[in-house]
Amino acid sequence: MGSTTLKSLLMATSILATAGFAHAADTTLTIESWRTDDLAIWQEKLIPAFEAKNPGIKVKFAPTPPTEYDAALGARFDAGSAGDIITCRPFDKSLVQFQHGNLASLNDLPGMKNFSDVAKAAWTTDDGKDSFCVPMASVIHGFIYNKDAFEKLGISIPTTEAEFFAALDKIKKDGTYIPMAMGTKDLWEAATMGYQNIGPTYWKGEEGRAKLIKGEEKLTDADWVEPYKVLAKWKDYLGDGFEAQTYPDSQNLFTLGRAAIYPAGSWEIGLFNTQAQFKMGAFPPPVKNAGDACYISDHNDIGVGLNSKSAHPEESKKFLEWVASPEFAEIYANALPGFFSLNSTAVKMQDPLAQEFVSWREKCKPTIRSTYQILSRGTPNLENETWVESANVINGTDTPEAAAKKLQDGLDSWYKPGK
Amino acid sequence: MSTVEQSSIDRGEDKRSRRWHILVFLLPALIVYTAVMILPLIETLRLSLFNVKDGQSVFVGLGNFNVLFGDPRWAASFWNALRNNFVFFLIHMLVQNPIGVALAALLSVPKLRFGAFYRTAMFLPTLLSFVIVGFIWKLILSPIWGVSPYLLDLVGLKSIFSPWLGKPSSALITVSLISVWQYIGIPMMLIYAAMLNIPDEVLEAAECDGVTGWSQFWKIKLPLILPAIGIISILTFVGNFNAFDLIYTVQGALAGPDGSTDILGTLLYRTFFGFQLQIGDRSMGATIATVMFLIILSGVCLYLFAIQRRMRRYQF
Repeated sequence: MGSTTLKSLLMATSILATAGFAHAADTTLTIESWRTDDLAIWQEKLIPAFEAKNPGIKVKFAPTPPTEYDAALGARFDAGSAGDIITCRPFDKSLVQFQHGNLASLNDLPGMKNFSDVAKAAWTTDDGKDSFCVPMASVIHGFIYNKDAFEKLGISIPTTEAEFFAALDKIKKDGTYIPMAMGTKDLWEAATMGYQNIGPTYWKGEEGRAKLIKGEEKLTDADWVEPYKVLAKWKDYLGDGFEAQTYPDSQNLFTLGRAAIYPAGSWEIGLFNTQAQFKMGAFPPPVKNAGDACYISDHNDIGVGLNSKSAHPEESKKFLEWVASPEFAEIYANALPGFFSLNSTAVKMQDPLAQEFVSWREKCKPTIRSTYQILSRGTPNLENETWVESANVINGTDTPEAAAKKLQDGLDSWYKPGK
Repeated sequence: MSTVEQSSIDRGEDKRSRRWHILVFLLPALIVYTAVMILPLIETLRLSLFNVKDGQSVFVGLGNFNVLFGDPRWAASFWNALRNNFVFFLIHMLVQNPIGVALAALLSVPKLRFGAFYRTAMFLPTLLSFVIVGFIWKLILSPIWGVSPYLLDLVGLKSIFSPWLGKPSSALITVSLISVWQYIGIPMMLIYAAMLNIPDEVLEAAECDGVTGWSQFWKIKLPLILPAIGIISILTFVGNFNAFDLIYTVQGALAGPDGSTDILGTLLYRTFFGFQLQIGDRSMGATIATVMFLIILSGVCLYLFAIQRRMRRYQF
């Protein structure tokens, strides 16, 4: 009962909202998005750039708050009132929309060849046949460090695991700084900034991730347990009371200059640039032995797709083609440092920290977070369990082996590889 | 009640046709209550008997309940949440209500100065939003910026401080105590009102018989406020088994660390609405909601039929 009322209400409001544009001479494309923060960037930079090149097409960016986006978009699809261009969440949430026929296949869009398979993975069917969203941006994991602190203590950038822990020991011994700013209270920090950050180095990025999905490797294998063993060692280098340290606490500890190293996602760059009063640098997750291949988590975050019931498919495709172009990539990546274009053409960026992050793409192999594709479809949810277990490992509640076993048991209970 | 009926019978003539007004006056409330409470409840109960198979909603009877109690993982998280919920309730009963009674007893001391101020100050947290309460307590207890390590240091007790909210062993107790702090005003006010209702003659008579001080409290006041305590217990029970908001704001939807603060409300939230990559499962969510409803219903029935009927009431 409740859902029909809600749907009809949503339908009514969205029809009213779009009615005003119906009679305009130009074609108007509406973009659905959850990135309310980006409204200014779209209106001031991206849309004018597109409209200047494509007269006769007007674009309207109409974001919905992130927490309501998925439900509201679903209701608008059902009511047939969704916008022409749909901003895609990565993986299953968009895949479901494609399977329901709400998103059109973009296989014949010429611009799609500007993207690698890893970049497209988040918006491609399991069999790899259909892609349905143009990859827009990704976030990269690594470590941001306090350059002043490193210079003062005479530490050079660690490249191997041993050097990394030697640096941490040195910072700890000196006592001026907390070696590493991370807490386990919010759980996801431990999983996302910890496990998914250093993990690809041990499970060999895409190679290990593919094997895990195929069932050739298990989370209890040495390659997957080892990141937990390393993570367990982090405990000694975190601040006092890290068990109750939240994500904003960690951010503040670092930007106030009280901690030397911050396990980071590149989305922090924008905020850190405005808050930190010291010079910052970044380094990729250290490799196990000198000379080993390095891997980074370059995780797809946003894409854009085409509403299959759009009234203006041709104009929409023109727009998507433009989103796939290097021009869009350059404007977008510079407006939002830390959200990197997935375009194969390298983008010139102004921000030095963002440049550092994106330069790793050239020397390291990118992969996406191991739990996101396919493996988090069932109950218990592997991603959520990984949050809990990563925090448990750092807190010492569980041993690395026990944590890995719990995760694999949970996965085994519903996931049958090769099906 | 009885006097009202009496007078309407006295007036006599054709009371049936005149009783329409009862329906008319009840109707607005009944419609609102039906729309926002009864229908969703029935819909929830119905939904718990259905599940989605191949994109179709099909009747599965008690299948969802079978999964909830039969599947080792579902059962483990359900029993964990239920156990935590009982601990949560027990701490409220053992801490909140006795302190509430004590505060009310202190407030009703006739010679107390600034009584109105204390009353307001102690009731204030109840009026605060749980978001504010959760946030300030997270800050107070924060090992980095919080005042609690500093204050403990002042009295030389820094060593007993630990990141309570972040440890599986202490998180649930800490969150329960925050909730106690917030809601202590309610038992205090109800019992205070009950104590004010005790006629002075009774207390004076007791004093004449030499019953004063503590023994007056135990022998005269406590029996007279027992019905109020009963009501408070049942309110606490219903409130605790429906609790969700404080845990969600303080510990997040996963109710960490290691699920140690997960109660039925947070389990229901995660299951029904989903969380992060977990996609919401309406049928299992409704199943958990139904079980919660049954737990609360049986608790209230137990109270109504087994306890309240036997409670002695005194008329003055």
